[in-house]
Amino acid sequence: MEVRRSAANQLVSIDCRCRFPLHCHFKTDSIAPMNASLFALALMDGVSYAALLFLVALGLTLIFGVMRILNIAHGSLYACGGYFAATLGLVITKFGLPPMLAFPALFVAALLMGVFLGTVLEFALLRRILDKDPILQLLVTFAAFMVLEDLQRMIWGVQPVFVSDVVTQMGTLSVAGVTYTRYQLLVLPAVAVLAFVGLRWFLAGTALGRQVTAVTHHREVATAMGVNTGRVTWLTLTVGGALGALGGALASPTTSFTPGIGAEMMVLSFAVVATGGLGQIGGAAIAALMIGLSRSFAVYLMPEIEVLVPYLIMVGVLLIRPEGLFSAAAARRI
Amino acid sequence: MSSLGLLSTRGVSLSFGGVLAADAIDFDLMEGERLAVVGQNGAGKTTFINICTGFIKPTSGQVFFNGADITALSPRAVTRLGVGRSFQLPQVFTEHTVRECLMLAASAVKQRRGFLLPLSQAVDANEVDETLELLQLAARAHDLAGSLPEGQRKLLDVAMALVLRPKLMIMDEPTSGVSTDEKHGLMAVLMRALDERQVTSIFVEHDIDIVRRYATRLCAWIAGRIAADGLPEAVLRDPIVIKNVIGE
Amino acid sequence: MRLRLLVVVLAVAVLALGLFFPWVKTPVLVALANGLAVSGVIVLIRAGQVSFGNAMFACLAGYGTAFMAREWQLDALLLIALSCVLAALAGAIIGFFIVRYRGIFFGMLNLALSMVLFSVLGKFGAVTGGTDGLRFDRPTLAFVHFEREGFETALLVLALVLSIGAGWVVQRYFASVSGQALAAIKTNETRLEYLGISAKRVFWGGYVLAATLCGLGGSLFALTQGLVTPEMGYWVRSGELVFVAILGGSGHALGAFIGAFVYEFMKLYAAALLTGAWQLVMGLVLIVMVFVAPKGVFGMIERHLRSRSKA
Repeated sequence: MEVRRSAANQLVSIDCRCRFPLHCHFKTDSIAPMNASLFALALMDGVSYAALLFLVALGLTLIFGVMRILNIAHGSLYACGGYFAATLGLVITKFGLPPMLAFPALFVAALLMGVFLGTVLEFALLRRILDKDPILQLLVTFAAFMVLEDLQRMIWGVQPVFVSDVVTQMGTLSVAGVTYTRYQLLVLPAVAVLAFVGLRWFLAGTALGRQVTAVTHHREVATAMGVNTGRVTWLTLTVGGALGALGGALASPTTSFTPGIGAEMMVLSFAVVATGGLGQIGGAAIAALMIGLSRSFAVYLMPEIEVLVPYLIMVGVLLIRPEGLFSAAAARRI
Repeated sequence: MSSLGLLSTRGVSLSFGGVLAADAIDFDLMEGERLAVVGQNGAGKTTFINICTGFIKPTSGQVFFNGADITALSPRAVTRLGVGRSFQLPQVFTEHTVRECLMLAASAVKQRRGFLLPLSQAVDANEVDETLELLQLAARAHDLAGSLPEGQRKLLDVAMALVLRPKLMIMDEPTSGVSTDEKHGLMAVLMRALDERQVTSIFVEHDIDIVRRYATRLCAWIAGRIAADGLPEAVLRDPIVIKNVIGE
Repeated sequence: MRLRLLVVVLAVAVLALGLFFPWVKTPVLVALANGLAVSGVIVLIRAGQVSFGNAMFACLAGYGTAFMAREWQLDALLLIALSCVLAALAGAIIGFFIVRYRGIFFGMLNLALSMVLFSVLGKFGAVTGGTDGLRFDRPTLAFVHFEREGFETALLVLALVLSIGAGWVVQRYFASVSGQALAAIKTNETRLEYLGISAKRVFWGGYVLAATLCGLGGSLFALTQGLVTPEMGYWVRSGELVFVAILGGSGHALGAFIGAFVYEFMKLYAAALLTGAWQLVMGLVLIVMVFVAPKGVFGMIERHLRSRSKA
């Protein structure tokens, strides 16, 4: 565990190898009064955490929007993405490959995992349950989740997997008197913003993207208009899956992966999606920020409720607006 | 206020988004009448029914049933007061049998909540069987409601409302979706059942022959107002009605 | 009639199994506890709704049992009864709000609430024992102090009686005025309202029943293990309940118990033979079932009995 203190011996950060980057990043013995640098720290950590949440939630909400199926195996994509990214990192070190490759390797891992698992899931399962009872659809994805949980355990074992080279490579920088890793402060939010902008552009600006949008709004009409819905669903599952895996891959240098991490991220990303509105990209972004920031501030102000915060927000929003922050009509205004 | 009929409205208006779906409607329906309602799509017929049965609240005005103000009541409350309704798309319990549908309806009459009381013991079997006979559904009593053809589904829709022994029955396009040769047969069964039970009725219709044959009174709706109201033959000869409603 | 015979035969078989093979008692007890919780879930499924959070009632009741056992050393029968009351109350309060929702929104809110409970139980360790959970000593059963073996046997008999009783209540409810109205929520709520029946009130009744059954299961589970952990309320647990409901057959209470037994013993089998890859096996089994026998094991039995009677 590494503890960093500022020149004035103020606690700046604690780097420990645990499940969520936020978990004990600033666990202090007493609750420190919220001063400017702690505020900045909470803010930056909240944003970087929100970035990860957003990537995973984006994949989930995209899949739901197009297929109207809640993919419970999505958390497993996060886990597999992270595990695989860590494995690639270890391979790079082991075979003496240039360390520069470590960062792009994360994206490669996510892409490979997303395409592979996405294709398998789509072809073997999701394509065949489109017309079944919604309860059965949910159960099939739940079954896929169970299978993947065991496969993860069999491939990567039960010991924590943590490969943090990428983070250390990129070093730190000082903002508002707080030292922060470049990776978490710059890279993660940048990727999230790119994903957001990229997906919006794809859906509105390309022919294929418009086909996806058409299927989202009305599957039957889109088919009648000649859209190849099979191809669209495959694309959705691979892109959505890759986003989930990307969340995991990007989280792997800062988080230690253990069995059960997929389940945790599943329910968290679902909280983001439900709060933002099912199928709403903008909603997912706002919800991710809300939940990410609330959680990081809670760690400071009220550590006991930190884990509760995402679900309290979800309950709160759903009780007032069951469709989530954005519903289909509202989103068109953005 | 002039004396109220079985169903009356006073100054009922409904506007949404600049559209006037109902324009200060003053209306009285007397007991025993068989009122047909005609009008082009969007003229306000279904809106009016929805207002009268509590599905939508009017922007202004009041609705009275049997002298009581029902404007603010929910469909559930309005039903309990004695108004039955059937729908353009028949609303039945597709996974229950025909008989079970009627039994469920019958159970609503006495409001018996029975957590452990079997449905079959909570209702009067005679009542159910009688209604089945009346609507000529006895042969299909043990078939799933979802398996019925459209015409019989419509009859079941009405039967479920009829079991509640309503005083007023409002039917939204009872013969739509049914083949032309079946229409008259269907209407005949319906009207005979309503007469038998002495139920006043309102029915929205597009088929003018049906209107001529079965209605005692006709209201023609144009753009949210009742443009003509009176004996069917007279209304049907009204030039405005011919131009805006029939002449299509 | 045939069904009642089947139930009796199964119950006797289970009891005999437990008496001749003592090690079987624990998995059987767990299966019965699970079956009870799942019978709660099938009540909701009958209304066409899936809750991905019903484990929270089992968890709440389990913790209630643990607390009361530790604080007041009550008899097991009292513990079960009081825990059920607790679960029913929670169901009534939560149900009051939650019955306005349908479909995926209903499922989501249940999930969210269960995660709130899960997180609270894990975090407030001083009171709840945190992620390690709460242990409690073996209570008396019917005011008799049993040793380990005897307690398990007595608990098994109690569990069988409770299960048969619960199954009877559920089936009777399904055939009742309220139960039939509940089933109508699935197909046509508008019609229910236009018959003068309050769909929300009917659904609320079903929700409270489901919560109570889940609570019964949770309390029994707690007594079997002597330990409660937050995992009892985790979302995966709720998902497993739905899983078992479909595996066994969500149309009949017996399906809930059959499913629970198949689940429990497959778990044991896989653990023994495939070094613990039981989730893999169960996942694959479920996928196959969804395509081949969506009405579950009970559905297959029903089909078989029906074709037999036609022959």
